[in-house]
Amino acid sequence: MDMDLITNILYAAIRTGTPLLLVALGEMICEKSGVLNLGQEGMMLLGAVAGFIAVYHTDSFMLGFVIAALSGVLASLIFAFVALNFNATQVATGLALTIFGTGLSAFIGSDYEGKTITALPTIGFETLAGIPLIGKALFAQDAIVYFSWIMVIACYLFFRHHRAGLAVRASGENPDVGSNLGLPVMRIRYCAVMFGGAMAGLAGGYLSIAYTPLWTEGMTAGKGWIALALVVFASWRVERVMLGAYLFGFASIMHLFAQGLGISVSSNLLAILPYAATLLVLIMLSKNSEKLKLFEPMALGKPWHKTK
Amino acid sequence: MLKLEARPHASAYWSYLSPILAVVLTLITGAILFSSLGEDPLEALYIFFISPVSDWYGISELLVKCIPILLCAYGLSLCYRASVWNIGAEGQLLMGGLIASTMALQFVDSESLWAMPLTMIMGIVGGAAWAGIAAFLKLKMNTNEILVTIMMNYIALNLLVWAVHGPLKDPHGFNFPESALFAESTLLPVLFEGTRLHLGLVFVLLALAVIWVFISKTFLGFQIQVLGLDKSAAKMAGFSQTKLAALVLVVCGGLAGIAGAIEVAGPIGQLVPVISPGYGYAAIIVAFLGRLHPLGITLAGLLMALIYMGGEMAQISLALPSAITGIFQGLILFYLLSCDVLIRYRLRFKSAGLKAVKPIISTQAEGQ
Repeated sequence: MDMDLITNILYAAIRTGTPLLLVALGEMICEKSGVLNLGQEGMMLLGAVAGFIAVYHTDSFMLGFVIAALSGVLASLIFAFVALNFNATQVATGLALTIFGTGLSAFIGSDYEGKTITALPTIGFETLAGIPLIGKALFAQDAIVYFSWIMVIACYLFFRHHRAGLAVRASGENPDVGSNLGLPVMRIRYCAVMFGGAMAGLAGGYLSIAYTPLWTEGMTAGKGWIALALVVFASWRVERVMLGAYLFGFASIMHLFAQGLGISVSSNLLAILPYAATLLVLIMLSKNSEKLKLFEPMALGKPWHKTK
Repeated sequence: MLKLEARPHASAYWSYLSPILAVVLTLITGAILFSSLGEDPLEALYIFFISPVSDWYGISELLVKCIPILLCAYGLSLCYRASVWNIGAEGQLLMGGLIASTMALQFVDSESLWAMPLTMIMGIVGGAAWAGIAAFLKLKMNTNEILVTIMMNYIALNLLVWAVHGPLKDPHGFNFPESALFAESTLLPVLFEGTRLHLGLVFVLLALAVIWVFISKTFLGFQIQVLGLDKSAAKMAGFSQTKLAALVLVVCGGLAGIAGAIEVAGPIGQLVPVISPGYGYAAIIVAFLGRLHPLGITLAGLLMALIYMGGEMAQISLALPSAITGIFQGLILFYLLSCDVLIRYRLRFKSAGLKAVKPIISTQAEGQ
């Protein structure tokens, strides 16, 4: 086991964890406002295909990511309309969004199946990137990785130090009380769902533009679902979402590790690792489910509309 | 502006009309989608929904397609009636197909009468065991069944792909990721000459009858219904929530498992990396669209099979990607959930002049 391998594994774990981090942050804010959106996978796929097509035709990464995020927002608006305005079961509506997004993205992307683009370049800070072990992981990443860190800090500050963060939490804990205090619960929830959509779209775009710069049908391979588990794992706290995302990123690239150690296991079996890790985490979490209930937004997933 | 007004009672009338309205709205959206793609909307809808079943062979193919969907959907309806959010029919189907294939491959050169029944039984065992893990985790460990079953879908898929690339690969198959062809004795007999319609249809009819009787005539079925409608009432009556939830999960797993076995020993005839184009997910929509009732599910399952065939037809005749099936599936579920609002609410047009009139019942309808 040499230093280079560890350096590269750290670097790859962060890159692999980044899409998870983005989706999970978006979903966390959505859940904080009391809305459970199981459509992450569908929004990611729509973001992935839209972003990819934009970059394929214009070569503009900026435009690609903006379009990826916007398509996530558009998709989330369908969810918000059905789940919030029509008070439909959020679980089923989220599932509908995932099925719809999977189908629509495959439909739109059928002409681009298997095509590739040049990946988003990394931005290296030369001297810092030379630090042993962690230099490459922290200072030679691409713009979206840095952006995800900014978002982590922004979300943290938003909940800790901003009135609006409190308003989001209020509408997720007790929308009736929030509404009676004059909070526009519906509007807050809409914003939270749209933020979740933007982040999911961006995460999808990251996969198809930067991580593996190509489009294939269903390329998110369950990352949207893993992110949902991640939010529970993080007990709805920003810093733990980040930690969890990178741990999952690490679990997903264990095959690099295994190859480095000279172990040969079928890649199809290793592909099970992130899902098995998620299962394990869910099992471990459930051991103190009573405690977990304390962190869960009280009105999570419950349909609500203003009565007066 | 439109305003929702809670009904004093849930409307039975709208609970039947809502799926029909949802299908109509999906068709209208489909027509708009087709015309925006430059197709004649009516002709495209004809190609999508009518032409696949315009002859007897087409109808037999429709029945072939609806077999796995219906088996999964009957099982899922039990789960949803008991408020168990099993999303894992797909994984249970794949596991059933995988385990059934391992059995079927023991009979490659055999004419044993046991080959087919044992393959089917192993399918049930595989699916039920896979669902059993989810049941165990939910009931003993109290984990969230949605995420657990989804993760198990991905694990099952990767296990199947691994098996078909590794231990179950045909040694004489030029290294293709396929198992050996199953023996004639393993395959499900075809019911009508000249079609692919096989014995699986009989299993579906059996399942339909058994589930119907089970839900409406047995005490256990009654307990499941009570559990789904009112948890605290079920608890007061002394019904064991954990036992019922485990039961519906395992039964659903068994049904999805035999669906997988039917696919590999029916239309496919061997184990291949893709044995289901998402039947287990489509079955979720079918269960809801059919109002969790066996008869409704049967109708919805036929429609879903038609959507799959329509997608293939659109690819052949209109050169559209067959992924259009997924768009229709998502649309139908969105519309159904939206239309369902009419079961519990009335739509009112709010105008300034009527502001003073208070709705009689303004309490919030109970959510789940």
